[in-house]
Amino acid sequence: MLGWIDDRLGAASWARTGLRKIFPDHWSFLLGEVALFCLVVLVLTGVFLTLFYVPDATAITYNGSFAPLQGQQVSAAFDSVMRLSFEVKAGLVMRQIHHWAALVFVAAIVVHLLRIFFTGAFRRPREINWLIGIGLLLLALAMGLTGYSLPDDLLSGTGLRIVYSVVLSIPFIGPYLAFLVFGGEFPTAQIISRLFVFHVMLLPALLLGGVGIHLAVLWIQKHSQYPGPGRTEHNVVGKPFWPSQVLKSTGLMILTAAVLSLMGGLIQINPVWTYGPFIPTTVSAPAQPDWYVGWLDGALRLFPPIEVTLLGITIPSPFIPGVLLPGIAFTVMTLWPFIEARLMHEGTREHNLLDRPRDNPLRTGIGVAALLVFVMLTLAAGNDVVALVFNVPVETMTNMMRIAVFVVPAVGFGVAWRICEELRRGELHPLGRDPGVMLRRTPEGGFEEVEPPD
Amino acid sequence: MRVLWAFVASLLVVAGLFALSAERAPARTRSQPAGSGSTTNQVSAGRTLYLTSCASCHAANGQGTAYGPSLAGVGAAAADFQLSTGRMPFAENAGHQAKRKPPAFTPDQIRALVAYVASLGAGPAVPTISTAPSLLPRGQQLFIANCAPCHGATANGGAVGGGALAPPLSMATAVQVGEAMLTAPGQMPAFPLSGEDLAAVATYVEYLRTAPNPGGFSIGGIGPVPEGFVAWLVGVSLLLLIVVLVGHDWDPRRT
Repeated sequence: MLGWIDDRLGAASWARTGLRKIFPDHWSFLLGEVALFCLVVLVLTGVFLTLFYVPDATAITYNGSFAPLQGQQVSAAFDSVMRLSFEVKAGLVMRQIHHWAALVFVAAIVVHLLRIFFTGAFRRPREINWLIGIGLLLLALAMGLTGYSLPDDLLSGTGLRIVYSVVLSIPFIGPYLAFLVFGGEFPTAQIISRLFVFHVMLLPALLLGGVGIHLAVLWIQKHSQYPGPGRTEHNVVGKPFWPSQVLKSTGLMILTAAVLSLMGGLIQINPVWTYGPFIPTTVSAPAQPDWYVGWLDGALRLFPPIEVTLLGITIPSPFIPGVLLPGIAFTVMTLWPFIEARLMHEGTREHNLLDRPRDNPLRTGIGVAALLVFVMLTLAAGNDVVALVFNVPVETMTNMMRIAVFVVPAVGFGVAWRICEELRRGELHPLGRDPGVMLRRTPEGGFEEVEPPD
Repeated sequence: MRVLWAFVASLLVVAGLFALSAERAPARTRSQPAGSGSTTNQVSAGRTLYLTSCASCHAANGQGTAYGPSLAGVGAAAADFQLSTGRMPFAENAGHQAKRKPPAFTPDQIRALVAYVASLGAGPAVPTISTAPSLLPRGQQLFIANCAPCHGATANGGAVGGGALAPPLSMATAVQVGEAMLTAPGQMPAFPLSGEDLAAVATYVEYLRTAPNPGGFSIGGIGPVPEGFVAWLVGVSLLLLIVVLVGHDWDPRRT
């Protein structure tokens, strides 16, 4: 059978090198795989949901089994999500797995990105995969945003209204762009079906294609690796693809699916029936986006309500936190490999051995500061919830976060830099114990330090 | 180090959210609403109680002082709401918002006090609220449009600015829900709805408390904030543990 295939495709020699490809042995190389396997779960559950979802904003009368909604006017989209949750067998658990998988998917991408960043894995010759990776992150965010809005419940409608307002705030083109995207003034009947096309067709096609290229480039360029005995810039030390890596990855895929299924089965997420159908005259509270958009919501909440007029052009206040901030953030992130190469006077040096975070205190410091800005803005997005839980006035919370968003990252930068320097000086493992100093007593009665045997 | 800090802080928030959802307890229903069919006896008994427990802030004849508003014309509904939810008498360290606590008076004493306050001037009487399952859809519509913006879609409460909190409705009885909507306690505006609409809202509040809520453990029922924390603290933490275990070199020949 295999011989029959080999005779026709000549695949044996190709497969032999492929199966012998070496993968470095370190757990942090598996983080990207977790994201990949979340995507697998997302596609499988997503296909199931698509079988029952109706992308239609037409108002119909609800007559399903959820008593409080009976006889109410809801959109066909919301009705189908309710049917999916209450009548379709395994519908609710599929919906919940899909939603949890989406939250964990983006989280896994972020953790993978942090590993790449703090170890300098993006340096020449791997800038292409950094760029593709940022593209994949943006696609994942777009998938999340479009998916969040599909159920057409009150919370997702509130989110869409904010997106509409942010688009409107772009000088010159805002109103035209908003009408182009939404098909008219909010709320429009078209938006649900448009989001649907993006969420189940265009964006997944781009995402899956992008993942394919991401992996192909990785395959061609070979893995980077941590420095260690026998590891150089010109080799890869590790285990072969078959059987070691294949078994590890298969196990990881099954376990990832297990964790997501467990969450979907045991923990309630996005109970749309309590939010009710989207009604344009009503707003739900507390209203937050899913966590990965929280930083933008937080920026909108923290930014003071000022409207700047520059040379006769009015810049509405959502523009700066809602458009300019993410624009600058993603531009800097995209260009980081090139910025760093310029800063470090790298020239055309290639890097196949990874840094430890301490090896480059400047990069680590900047990364920690950026991460803390993100965390502070995300916390600010939950200002009303935090205010409720800790029983402080929501205005106090907002003002505190306005200061924290600048101070905490600055302090974080200094602390990270200092820790890097000390670790570098002491050559300590951040989690290891201080090895101490070995002393020997001399015949004269004094003490002298003994070089540790290495 | 800072990351660790954020981790600890988020743990605290999640713990708080769980405490929030654990606060739900079955409501006590009072068989007979106070303030109906009061007698002169009740009024005078109420006045005696009033003079010892309320007059220091609301003044001897209910005309109010700098520390408490006038009670003339607030009606039986307002008095019954404030007393039966334990908001009055005001706790010393309650801040500027009266909070729900166990009532300080017995049901009989409350009836007497309510009768006395009602005698100070004409105001809304204690409403008769008859909840009915057929009112659920109307109740949900009214609740989402009028109550959810502050109290939250699941009636778990919310922050409404100026340090004020819209309290969770997990303890509110049907009568108290109606009284609050008629008498505008604290920062809450009045919602002078018809008797049937009041009953519809109360029916839905009762439903939120008692109806089965499918989908597994409710993590606060307040949307993406607790969901995001759980995604990181449960999902990502578990997967990181798995990644470290899977990535470990289990080969016994290498130690």
